[in-house]
Amino acid sequence: MSPVGDGASGPVGGPVGGPAHGALVIGVGSTYRGDDAAGLAVAEWIRAAAPPDVTVLRHEGEPISLLETWDEARDVYLVDAVSSGGQPGSIYRFDVTAEPLAARLSPYGTHTLGVADTIELARALGRLPRRLVSYGIEGSCFSTGASLSLPVREAVAVLSERLLTELTPGAPAAAAG
Amino acid sequence: MTHHSDRPGQDESIQVRLKAGSVQALSIKVDALTRVEGEGGLQVTVRDGRVTDARLNIYEPPRFFEALLRGRRYTEVPDITSRICGICPIAYQMSACQAIEDACGAAIPAPILDLRRLIYCGEWIESHALHIYLLHAPDFLGYSSGLHMAQDRPDLLARGLRLKKAGNRLMEVIGGRAVHPVNVRVGGFYRAPARRDLDGVRAGLDQARQDALETVRWVAGFPFPDFSQDYQFVSLRHPADYPITAGRVVSNRGLDIAVREYDQHFTEMQVPHSTALHSVLHDSLPDDSVPDDSVLHDSELDGGGTYLVGPMARYSLNAGLLPVTVMDAARAAGLGSTCTNPFRSIIVRAVETLYACEEAIRLLDAYQPPQPSWAEVPPRAGTGYGATEAPRGLLYHRYQINADGTVAAATIIPPTSQNQRVIESDLRAFVADRLDLPHDRLTWECEQAVRSYDPCISCAAHFLDLKVDRS
Repeated sequence: MSPVGDGASGPVGGPVGGPAHGALVIGVGSTYRGDDAAGLAVAEWIRAAAPPDVTVLRHEGEPISLLETWDEARDVYLVDAVSSGGQPGSIYRFDVTAEPLAARLSPYGTHTLGVADTIELARALGRLPRRLVSYGIEGSCFSTGASLSLPVREAVAVLSERLLTELTPGAPAAAAG
Repeated sequence: MTHHSDRPGQDESIQVRLKAGSVQALSIKVDALTRVEGEGGLQVTVRDGRVTDARLNIYEPPRFFEALLRGRRYTEVPDITSRICGICPIAYQMSACQAIEDACGAAIPAPILDLRRLIYCGEWIESHALHIYLLHAPDFLGYSSGLHMAQDRPDLLARGLRLKKAGNRLMEVIGGRAVHPVNVRVGGFYRAPARRDLDGVRAGLDQARQDALETVRWVAGFPFPDFSQDYQFVSLRHPADYPITAGRVVSNRGLDIAVREYDQHFTEMQVPHSTALHSVLHDSLPDDSVPDDSVLHDSELDGGGTYLVGPMARYSLNAGLLPVTVMDAARAAGLGSTCTNPFRSIIVRAVETLYACEEAIRLLDAYQPPQPSWAEVPPRAGTGYGATEAPRGLLYHRYQINADGTVAAATIIPPTSQNQRVIESDLRAFVADRLDLPHDRLTWECEQAVRSYDPCISCAAHFLDLKVDRS
C-alpha cells in the first residue's frame, strides 16, 4: 500500500499578493515518478511569473488535504499529469465546475481516491469552489526516478504560458485544449 | 498523482465460472486489484463441492527496500522506510527509530516517547477514519464506493472527513506534514512543537472524539455476516497502555516474548503466487512440519502457523487496558472482550479511533515540549529490534548497524505480510459455507471479506468491474 507522496505538499512561495483576484493554482504530482511531476513543474513556472494575487501550491494528491486546499478559494486551477493513451505532451483543459472530468481521464490514484474522485467528493459535499478548472498534460514515462520526458517538458512551458494568460485579469478565458 | 484511463495487460474482472459438466466446481478470480500502489488479485477454487484453494495473489514487483537500506547511514532509515507507505509512514518511522536506538543502546526520555505516541495517535485516527468511511462502510450500506455514499449521505462523509482531518492535523503539526512527515529523526524530533502550535489541534480533538463516538454507534448497527474464526491473535502488549508504540509480542495461545526474540518464533517464507513474503508463527506448528533446513514450504504446512495481527488482535489481547469511557462505548456497540468476526472489525476500528482521540487529548493536555527534542544516538556496531502497532497491525523492524553507522542488514515485516495467510484461510472457510449463494453475491461478499482486514490492496476492490461467466 502506498499512496506516494513526494514531499511536495505545501505552498511554493505562498500567497504572492492580496486576494483581489484570488486565484489558486495547484500543481499535483510526484517529483520522483517521471512525467507525474508535470503539474509540479507548471506550479514552479507559475510561481515565478504569476500575477501578485495568485496563490500557488504543490500537492502530492492526498484527497482530503487536496479538498481542503480550496476551501477558501474562489477560482481554482488544478494541473496534473494524465495517462490516457494520447500523444505525449498533449494538453487537456476541463472546466469541472458543472460537470465531472471526462470518463477517459478518470483518475488513477495511488490509493483510495484520485483527483477526479476528489472533485466529485467535493461536489457531493458542497465544497467545490466557485470555479474549478482542471488542466492535464499527457505523460509517457512514469517510472520511479525518471525525469520529465521531452514532450512533457515542452508542454509544461506551453501550458504555463497559457495559464499565466488565463490568470491575468481581463484576459479572455482559455479555449478547451 | 496521475490520471490513467486504463492499465494495459491487466484484466480488471472477476470471473466466476462453473466448470463444464459439474455444478460442484467453481472458480472466483479477481485478476487485478487496481488503483493501489500494491498490486494483487484474488482466486478461490472449488472442486467437488469443497474449497480447494484460496489465494491472495500479490504480484507487484518487489520494492527492495531492505536491500536499498544497506550501506545507508543509520540516520536515514526513518525517512527512507516512511516511503513504504503513505497511509502509515509514522508506523515505519517509529519501528525504525526504535530498532536503531536499540542497536545503538540509546535510551529515549519519556517526553519524547510521549510525543511519538501523540503523533502515532494522529496516524491511527486518519488511517482508521479513511478505512471506515471510504472503504469499508460502503460495503455494509450497499454502495459501490465512498463517493457514491457521499452523494446520498454527505453528512456521513463530512463526519468521516472531519475525523480524518483531526488525525492529519496532528501529523502535520508534529511531523511537519501529513504524508511522509519530515520532523521525525533517530532519537526524537528535529523540533518539538510549542504548546501554542498544538492549541488548534486540541480544539479539533473534542469534536473528533464526539465524531468517533458517533462512528462507533453508527457502525454497530450495520448488518454483519455470521462468520467467526478461532484466530491466533498476535499483538504488542504493554503493562500500562493499550499498545501503540511499545510492548512485548504476545498471543492468545501463550506467546509472550520480547521484541528482540521475534525472529526465534516467526519465519517469513516465499510462496509462488505472491511477491510478498508470508509470515508464519512456527511455535504453533507440529515439530515434524519444520524441515531440517528450517526452510518452510507453504504446501507442507496445511495452514499451520497462521496468525492475525491488527485491530481485532490488539483489542482481543488488550481490551482491559482501554479507558472506561472507551470500553463503555465498545460494550454498547456489542463488543465483548474479544472479536472473532472479521466483518465486525469495523466496530473495533471505530473503538480504536475513539481511543486514539482520547489518548491524544490526554497527551496534549499534559504536553510540555521535550528539551532537547532529541536524544543523541551515537552509532555503534550491533543489531537492534523494533516493533510498533501500525493501524493494520504489528510492524517489525530489525537492523544490523556497522560501527561507522552504516546499515549492514535490514528486515521489515509489515502487517499485511503477516495477515496474508489468515486472509486466505478465512476465504476458504467463508466460501465453503456460501457455495449456494448467487455468484455475484458471493463475489461481493468475498471482496468485502478481504476488505475487512484493511490490507492495502483492499482499496482497489471498490473499483473492480465485475464480469461473470458461467458455462
